Amino acid sequence: MEHANLRRQAASLKKSLFDQGYLDEQFYQVEDLQDEANPNFAEEVVSLFFKDSARVMLNIEQAIEKYPRDFARWDAHMQQLKGSCSSIGASRVKNECTSFRNFCGEENAEGCMRSFQKVKREHAVLRQKLESYFQLLRQAGPAGIATRPAGK
Amino acid sequence: MAACRSRGVERGVAPHVLAVDDSSVDRAVISGILRRSQFRVTAVDSGKRALELLGSEPNVSMIITDYWMPEMTGYELLKKVKESSRLKEIPVVIMSSENVPTRISRCLEEGAEDFLLKPVQPSDVSRLCSRVLR
Repeated sequence: MEHANLRRQAASLKKSLFDQGYLDEQFYQVEDLQDEANPNFAEEVVSLFFKDSARVMLNIEQAIEKYPRDFARWDAHMQQLKGSCSSIGASRVKNECTSFRNFCGEENAEGCMRSFQKVKREHAVLRQKLESYFQLLRQAGPAGIATRPAGK
Repeated sequence: MAACRSRGVERGVAPHVLAVDDSSVDRAVISGILRRSQFRVTAVDSGKRALELLGSEPNVSMIITDYWMPEMTGYELLKKVKESSRLKEIPVVIMSSENVPTRISRCLEEGAEDFLLKPVQPSDVSRLCSRVLR
């Protein structure tokens, strides 16, 4: 009974993440790759994402500091982050990455700075929400492997 | 999936695909998709490592590589494979997060079997299986 309740909470949290635009369809694709041989695949990939993206964001911070107005360099780093976001369905972070890249294209340093702050905020929020989600799934137990809602 | 198993492979042995991507996230995702499609997968993080593996592993059925990688791009890896008398018959598929027509045509002209936009979907791999590994 408790496990069923936890699964419901996880499903509800995931739905809210989609409804609020934090995640897109690609996240379902990642979860769909889970099976008995790889029951924690989605959590492992998400964990890789946050480890990798933290490194890339640090590179961006350093690039902004060491290479002022080097928009090509800044853009190259952000392209990398955007790619990872696309791969796991991190929609809002991806959108802020796009915004940053647009400012790079306009050579608008202030815009880049503002946008980068948004990237970091969205990244932190998503990390917290996905940690909660996977914690619920772990507590729900093996039968709590995430499934796609009907009709998706 | 029967078509996937038929290409020069012993009965019951899954085709071996070499996945090349400098992104750990993308390596994990493409490997997951390929394994779900019953391929045996080796994933490496660079063109250099890919060439090292190709030098020692004789039975690679397909290479799927990211385009944009540091030091050696997927395009450069493609060229090296197609220039090799030993490797040139291995189908090479390029992946990229950017839809750049000149990039796509350049890769196809160089001999790439296909060019996939990231994020790669299972349906992309199914299509590859039936077309590239027939």
